[in-house]
Amino acid sequence: MFRTVTIRKFDAVIVGAGGAGLRAAIALSEAGFKTAVLSKVFPTRSHTVAAQGGVAASLGNAEEDHWHWHMYDTVKGSDWLGDQDAIEFMCRKANEVVIELEHWGMPFDRLDNGRIYQRPFGGHMANFGEKPVRRSCAAADRTGHAMLHAMYQRNVRAHTQFFVEWMALDLIRDEEGEVLGVTALEMETGDIYAFHAKATIFATGGAGRIFASSTNAFINTGDGLGMAARAGIPLEDMEFWQFHPTGVAGAGVLITEGVRGEGGILRNSLGERFMERYAPNAKDLASRDVVARAMVTEINEGRGCGPHKDYVLLDITHLPPETIMKRLPGIREIAIQFAGVDPIKEPIPVVPTCHYQMGGIPTNYLGQVVVPGKRSQNEVVPGFYAAGECACASVHGANRLGTNSLLDLLVFGKSAGETAVEELKKMPKAHKDLPKDAFERTLARLNRLETQKDGANVHETRLLMQRTMQKHCGVFRFAHLLKEGVDKILEVQKRVEQTEIRDKSKVFNTARIEALELENMIEAAVATMVSAEARKESRGAHVRDDCPDTPECPNGRDDVNWLKHTLWYKEGNRLDYKSVNLRPLTVETIPLKKRAY
Amino acid sequence: MASRTLHFKIYRYDPDKDRKPYMQDISVEVDENDRKLLDALVKLKAKDDSLAFRRSCREGVCGSDAININGKNGLACLTDLSSFPEGKPIVLRPLPGLPVIRDLIVDMTQFFKQYHSIKPYLINHDPPPERERLQSPKDREELDGLYECILCACCSTSCPSFWWNPDKFVGPAGLLAAYRFIADTRDQATNERLDDLEDPYRLFRCHTIMNCVDVCPKGLNPTRAIGKIKALMVARAI
Amino acid sequence: MVRRNVVGAHYGLVDWLAQRVTAVLMAAYAMVVAVALLQGAAADFVTWRSFMASGLMRFFSFVLVLALAWHAWVGVRDIWMDYVKPVSLRLALHVLTLFALIGSVGWALGILWRL
Repeated sequence: MFRTVTIRKFDAVIVGAGGAGLRAAIALSEAGFKTAVLSKVFPTRSHTVAAQGGVAASLGNAEEDHWHWHMYDTVKGSDWLGDQDAIEFMCRKANEVVIELEHWGMPFDRLDNGRIYQRPFGGHMANFGEKPVRRSCAAADRTGHAMLHAMYQRNVRAHTQFFVEWMALDLIRDEEGEVLGVTALEMETGDIYAFHAKATIFATGGAGRIFASSTNAFINTGDGLGMAARAGIPLEDMEFWQFHPTGVAGAGVLITEGVRGEGGILRNSLGERFMERYAPNAKDLASRDVVARAMVTEINEGRGCGPHKDYVLLDITHLPPETIMKRLPGIREIAIQFAGVDPIKEPIPVVPTCHYQMGGIPTNYLGQVVVPGKRSQNEVVPGFYAAGECACASVHGANRLGTNSLLDLLVFGKSAGETAVEELKKMPKAHKDLPKDAFERTLARLNRLETQKDGANVHETRLLMQRTMQKHCGVFRFAHLLKEGVDKILEVQKRVEQTEIRDKSKVFNTARIEALELENMIEAAVATMVSAEARKESRGAHVRDDCPDTPECPNGRDDVNWLKHTLWYKEGNRLDYKSVNLRPLTVETIPLKKRAY
Repeated sequence: MASRTLHFKIYRYDPDKDRKPYMQDISVEVDENDRKLLDALVKLKAKDDSLAFRRSCREGVCGSDAININGKNGLACLTDLSSFPEGKPIVLRPLPGLPVIRDLIVDMTQFFKQYHSIKPYLINHDPPPERERLQSPKDREELDGLYECILCACCSTSCPSFWWNPDKFVGPAGLLAAYRFIADTRDQATNERLDDLEDPYRLFRCHTIMNCVDVCPKGLNPTRAIGKIKALMVARAI
Repeated sequence: MVRRNVVGAHYGLVDWLAQRVTAVLMAAYAMVVAVALLQGAAADFVTWRSFMASGLMRFFSFVLVLALAWHAWVGVRDIWMDYVKPVSLRLALHVLTLFALIGSVGWALGILWRL
């Protein structure tokens, strides 16, 4: 049984050591605050490491570019569900955060004049949507790896205190709703700690593992979402999940959009470049949701490839082998390892695969977590910040553009860190007292799991959840499947509440960790299914069969009734909505328009 | 390929209940969707939830699942199940030379300590310019084969010099990282870095046996990097 | 004295380089002797002795003995450094190795002198 909790005090605690967490940690450590960074894995193993194609910034190294064009593309990509203040903030900050990384040693590829190399990417256009522009700053096809390592290295220099292989379990909130830290499990010993802090920053990443077919790592279990939801924080826009067009068929491993940026072409079983029909202008470089749906349509209409006609082909055999070796060496490795083909000679079989969670913990552009309250729909939760994939600022709205995720985690990791620094400077030296019941939820969960008899098997329950999500809430969504899906996922949730583990060891008990992760995943899964069922329109990545393209609702989008953010509350499985911020910080609103590429 | 049964001999040790480590014989059914050793390990864990191993990205970029497979270090997620001969059990052990925490999980503190000891960050004392520091594509190319390291520790834990002196010898991974910064035209601490490494233990425990090159799952060559460090030292001394 | 794990003696390059240079020297010597042997330098004791007693060969042999000793010193010391942990024992082994090598060099030089 778990009874004791050791308390440790810090100025700030950051949960997660991926891109956003490391960026926030740099801000806090370099400002001299005592900062603890908790991570389930060694920092360079966080899933930012797998990002491939690049990070967007309108540096204009390769050709003329402007942050305002980038902003336009991001708003359009979001299908106007993104908050325009946050989007402007992110696009204006892009150059600064990318240059900073370069100064810290990130090994970007270079142009002949010595500047950072930039490549085209889906949905990134010049002059307000006119033609593709080279905006993605890249380090070969290992941008995330290069970035994560550079930021970890900067943290080593800043003497950040890491707690490696510690899993945060629950948020500590007092009666006034202020956040005072987290409880956490030290994996190696099985001991429980509380991190008592004046600022708590969540950078826990997405919950991509709730789907059966996902590009995400095993660790992407939405822990921050689960913790927030249990502590009464709503989750925003969880119905919006990006299916990346090019996951390796069968394996799910990501093939970067940078492949198409370098000239790769999608082909169906007839050898036809089908994207010409769906996006005559941007073709293979249309926005991800558009390409993914085009691929599924091709497959559904019988033009898929392979013995089961269940994938399409990504073809780069026409590119010079030197380009592939130089710009896409990692992709070649992945194709050989996971698809069994050498892309220099043969096309790669690909299918749309769950990739990115657009929704998450609601924040403003300063990285502060905001919830509807008595005074406004965006009241700051004191002491609580979130950044990166786990947060919803919301810059990605209903669909994220490629390379905007690495930008998101840099900009909002930094702004969450800097906002926390400003707030910490204003705060008294002493920590606010922890509430009496601070550890109750954590201990109850652990001890329930410890004593559960005749419970559900974790592995099987997780599979059931993943299959339910995949079937009922995939690339295309059907009203009847969503309706059934809600009932099914609530059934799964009941099982998750009764999981049982056989292994009761204290030492590095991965069975216990997986059971706790499942408790987090199911919150994200329920939020997704319920939010998706309720949203009766098609927008961005959320496309329903009962909301087709009509003159009143272009592409099925219903701005009259649904131009609003979903908020899902765990308590009572309740939905609420809040308006989208269409007012940027300094420029004119980018007006609503039908989305076409 | 239809489903088939794989037999394993796996090193097991849970200090909470076992007095000493033992090898467990266990088998599992795999089907045509299970291509990699990690897929089989996940299935094994579904059978016996007490089997402990690290894993994350399952695509060879995070470096979590380095283990000793049939006597050779490698990543479980990049090891093809079809590469194992039929009939013979697959022997899995934790990475050699580091303390075992549990089953296939080792304590990597010493490995990271050595990595940290080489000051793995860019040192440049000039005030940062407004824009990026310029670097020619050719200078940037010098970093290829160095920056891609995923810190999985396959190399260092296959190096006898690291086994004998893990507290003193930086090891192939750390030395590769050291050269990554020495080779970077933006770094200004080359001399300090060479000073720090010019030591009978930190650098010169490398006897060029090249186990590191043999096992690196990313195809990197730490031995070559170490050779370049030595060449720079000679150039500086002569 | 506190027990601290210390590194940073800041030597080793010269030894490492010397090991390589001496190896090249020894290889060259081996080649010369091999060629001489093929040409019948060891046909009988007298020819062999006169070959080895020539000024050039005596100089070359002298260099070989020094190179061999230096090479051996670095190599044997490396073995002690790899496998012997207690500092006092290691020091004793280093000293013993040195004595043995110096003695051997002296003995070898004596032989060369008497030629």
